[in-house]
Amino acid sequence: MGSEPSGEVYLPDSVRTAVKVLVVGPFAVGKSTFVDTLSEIEPLHTEETMTRDGAVVDDLHGITDKTTTTVALDFGRRTLSDRVVLYMFGTPGQQRFLSMWEDLAHGALGALVLADVARLEESFDVISVLEERGLPYGVAINDFSSVDIPSHEELREAFDLLPEIPLVTCDARDRSGTARAMISLVEHVLASPFQHAQESA
Amino acid sequence: MSPPRRRDRESLVRPYLITGGRAHPTRNTLDLTTLIQATRHADPALLSPEQRRTLRLCSGGSLSIAEIAAHLELPASVTRVIVADLVDEGHLATLSTEWQQHGPDRELLQEVLDGLRALR
Repeated sequence: MGSEPSGEVYLPDSVRTAVKVLVVGPFAVGKSTFVDTLSEIEPLHTEETMTRDGAVVDDLHGITDKTTTTVALDFGRRTLSDRVVLYMFGTPGQQRFLSMWEDLAHGALGALVLADVARLEESFDVISVLEERGLPYGVAINDFSSVDIPSHEELREAFDLLPEIPLVTCDARDRSGTARAMISLVEHVLASPFQHAQESA
Repeated sequence: MSPPRRRDRESLVRPYLITGGRAHPTRNTLDLTTLIQATRHADPALLSPEQRRTLRLCSGGSLSIAEIAAHLELPASVTRVIVADLVDEGHLATLSTEWQQHGPDRELLQEVLDGLRALR
């Protein structure tokens, strides 16, 4: 079984608050690389057991049931201040996974949709679901390939993005680029008046 | 194509043993990112092997449910049951996740943003 982790595995004692961002996109688009680049720990993986209609299974009877399935999740972590830590979950965005990751979105600040210019259409479904759910999102084009990247205007048109939705281009291996993509998402969440709690109770 | 399958690990075939036959966690508030901290020493004789492993892991410092599951190589659903029991017994405590009920406030978002900007 798992070996005992060393000291840097743990969060600083002062950290009290965790925030969660989903990194969603099609197979091999660079989700794990993206999470790895920003993570301060070796990326970890765990699994969630879920029903076909998207509910997380708390009932262990369900584990052997045919209506449940197991989703592998890669995730990483970055401590952002004395008290706040960010968790990033790489989540498959293919059609057959959509209902499953919806549950993971509970309590998430938002989602970053990672897309590959050579197959933009594979990210369309996931964007539709995010819009239906009302989860704030941004789009990051992973430019690891040598393919010419269309202009942002063309990309916005292809994705049919509203003007306020952030769109950035980044290399998933590059820390400042991935940080910039994450910043664009959080700035968007901050600018959306109904996405966060009111100033006073 | 079928969804990704976990590699065959023995732990998956015996979740009932791991959780002492418990099917549900005693609380439904444990998210993958709920932070968990050890609170007091427990008598190992009263604990299951998985509970002991969980407490030993958590005694080193704070971790999220997702990290506990990953380090112990247990499914997240099983980990929730184990942690919920240990919270009920007073051996583990959850750190505040209050904002997850109402959404993050502006101050928290600004702190996230400042932390990300410092990474660039």
